[in-house]
Amino acid sequence: MRIGVFICHCGTNIGATVDSAGVAELAKNLPEVVFATDSMYTCSEPGQDGIIRGIQEHALDGVVVAACSPRMHEPTFRRAVERAGINRYMFEMANIREHVSWIGKDKEANTNKAFELVRIAVEKLRRDRPLTPKYFPSTKRVLVIGGGVAGIQAALDCADAGIEVVMIEREPSIGGKMAKLDKTFPTVDCSSCILGPKMVDVAQHPKITLHACSELESVSGFVGNFEVVIRKKATCVDNTKCTGCGLCTEKCPSKKSFDRFNEGVGATTAINIPFPQAIPKKAVIDKSFCRQFVKGKCGVCAKVCPTGAIDYEQQDELVTVQVGAMVAATGYDLVDWKVYSEYGAGRYPDVVTSLQYERMMSASGPFGGHIKRLSDGKEPKNVVFIQCVGSRDVSIGRPYCSGFCCMYTAKQAILTKDHIPDSQSYVFYMDIRSPGKGYDEFTRRAQEEYGTQYIRGRVSLIYPKGDRYVVRGVDTLAGAQVEVEADLVVLAVGVEAAANSPQLAEKLRISYDKFGFFMESHVKLKPIETNTAGVFLAGCSQGPKDIPSSVAMGSAAAAKAIGLLSKDMLESDPQIAQVNINRCVGCAKCINVCPYKAIREIDFRGQPKAEVIEAVCQGCGLCNATCPQGAIQLSHFTDNQILAEVEALCRC
Amino acid sequence: MKTIDLASSNRSFIQQVEEESGQDVSRCYQCGNCTAGCPMNFAYDLPVNRIMRLIQLGQKDTVLASKSLAYCATCETCTARCPNDIDVATVMDVCRHMARREGKLAVWPVRAFVGSFLKTVETFGRSYEAGTMGMFMAATGRLISDVDLAPAMLSRRKLPFMPHSIKARDEVSAIFKRFREGVHEQK
Repeated sequence: MRIGVFICHCGTNIGATVDSAGVAELAKNLPEVVFATDSMYTCSEPGQDGIIRGIQEHALDGVVVAACSPRMHEPTFRRAVERAGINRYMFEMANIREHVSWIGKDKEANTNKAFELVRIAVEKLRRDRPLTPKYFPSTKRVLVIGGGVAGIQAALDCADAGIEVVMIEREPSIGGKMAKLDKTFPTVDCSSCILGPKMVDVAQHPKITLHACSELESVSGFVGNFEVVIRKKATCVDNTKCTGCGLCTEKCPSKKSFDRFNEGVGATTAINIPFPQAIPKKAVIDKSFCRQFVKGKCGVCAKVCPTGAIDYEQQDELVTVQVGAMVAATGYDLVDWKVYSEYGAGRYPDVVTSLQYERMMSASGPFGGHIKRLSDGKEPKNVVFIQCVGSRDVSIGRPYCSGFCCMYTAKQAILTKDHIPDSQSYVFYMDIRSPGKGYDEFTRRAQEEYGTQYIRGRVSLIYPKGDRYVVRGVDTLAGAQVEVEADLVVLAVGVEAAANSPQLAEKLRISYDKFGFFMESHVKLKPIETNTAGVFLAGCSQGPKDIPSSVAMGSAAAAKAIGLLSKDMLESDPQIAQVNINRCVGCAKCINVCPYKAIREIDFRGQPKAEVIEAVCQGCGLCNATCPQGAIQLSHFTDNQILAEVEALCRC
Repeated sequence: MKTIDLASSNRSFIQQVEEESGQDVSRCYQCGNCTAGCPMNFAYDLPVNRIMRLIQLGQKDTVLASKSLAYCATCETCTARCPNDIDVATVMDVCRHMARREGKLAVWPVRAFVGSFLKTVETFGRSYEAGTMGMFMAATGRLISDVDLAPAMLSRRKLPFMPHSIKARDEVSAIFKRFREGVHEQK
């Protein structure tokens, strides 16, 4: 074999703490190495040309590049060696940046370690053999998990591109949090007026199948060929018969049911359609309030339903769907603000969350667009807004900024003045974070045009006084404690990952951070992708973001899914397991450990043997580690290769 | 107000406060919740959030000269409210000790009161209110302040004329003695 070694400086990233030229000089003495050199930026065009020239001039048939992480540039260099006419799997990479230069300052020690990594890579390369990828067909259908604005955008973009979409939504209607908002910043557009048409498009698009009240039960398969099982929860209403006429909700005698859509502001009936623009517009029964379930008798809705859609015996249904890609757009929930005993921990009826306040202001909300106190129905005159409730608070494990509360608080202050012209709003803030087009101007308008009093500081205590509340805080700019009597206090409650996000991430085999937000593949350059091929992210499932960012990310996720599925055949990574049938004893241990069900038992001249299903194997190597005979080997990570690497290291 | 020379930041002061309190003062982001809840703020010359800021800026002289250190009641509301889990009350306490050690504690009557109280404990093994009062008055010349409280305290038997005696009086004064020797050893 004729091996070429290329040591990168990466500018000063590597060059400052590793003697790259010295490593190249040492590498010339390694077995089968016929050429070694160093270059300033190996990934740049002249750098890649240098590799190609080296291959041609020295008739190389294997290349080692010592540079950054293979996660960064392995595909780049594989393409480069392929351009020079050698198999792209006759290439190995030594990570001397993340694993060496960035983590130590001792140049001599770094240079030694860099050389050791190069030596290991050379030993591995000597035992590589050319591999050829296989091609397999993919299912041109996308699963969108979550029907908020991000998921809606992803679904519509995919469907418009001609790809079938299956959308699942946990709640009875799509629309997510945006459907609950009264207006949107910074234009004060009516939220449901701009979201409503998109929701209708989802319902009417011939390429979109919507499952409401549904959750992801399980996922198997791999990119291009996922098999997902969806649990459609029993709503006790047959959606094929329900016309959404609403007669059942008028007659339902259980009128004190918790109103989830309205965040508990007001009450609803046990059988209900969450809101007038709901998609799908079908009734659902809340079993925890329905008299048929609580008391065992009622049946009013079943009697009045003109189409006989009510079915108290309905059971959860499991639906299996084949999809090629998935978009996780599961959104967010509010932090449990009741941990703040100084804000009343939920005991004061007129201390409400920002989302409750949206419903209180909304024309389609329980108060018909007239702001009233929940305690006595009076119109509030002094309204105090408190920002960062559950954001930027290390003491409750929520150190991050929720991003959009500054903006919606300014919007709510403006709307309060619009609704009640003789009202006065106060906003307690720590910092105003308004980096968006027209955003900072909007917060200035709240102060200059609408007379909102902004007070820089937190609130330490809220306590009732008569039928009002005393809010005690600080104005750090004035350097004084401040107090104000309020009729209504609105808490800008922070954002956390949607309930059960970690469990969903585990089903999707994607990573999540310590707060439950899904992890992108690369924080800068792959914000949509995950570490699992074919699974993409959109909206607040990845971290707090406002509506325009969520919509943009929905479109981006759709573009990724469309791009993936636009190919008729997907290429598989040939670095997969292979069975040496002579050594296999048919013990089936590999079949049991394989997480992808990629190994099956075959009959070989009357003997049981293992066989790898090439399109399914993901190259994780569990079987290789498990096989007692060493009969199943992961290509390019064989036992012999790993032993050679260890031996090379021990000889250093 | 005097201009603060940012380059004059006393880093060893910041380090000392952090070491003695076990707190990372750089975590303070000036939300002001400590001041918002402080029941003694009315008496302070510098609100507690400004003390925190001045510590971050290494302004040792300004901090140790603040009357707020003397008036802090160590009620720990600031600690309870801090979103960054800083034990603000301990930071105040550490600064108060530093001011006392350096003879800078800004409010003389508070110093006199604490001294009088500790003297009675050292002598009698437990607090002796009338003695504390007498010594405090003698030291400060404040003969009539708070005298209006005396009748109510007398009627509730909170102000006995004679000190209560306890059994192990010597052991308590030995604690004071050991403390003084320890301080010398440290020096």
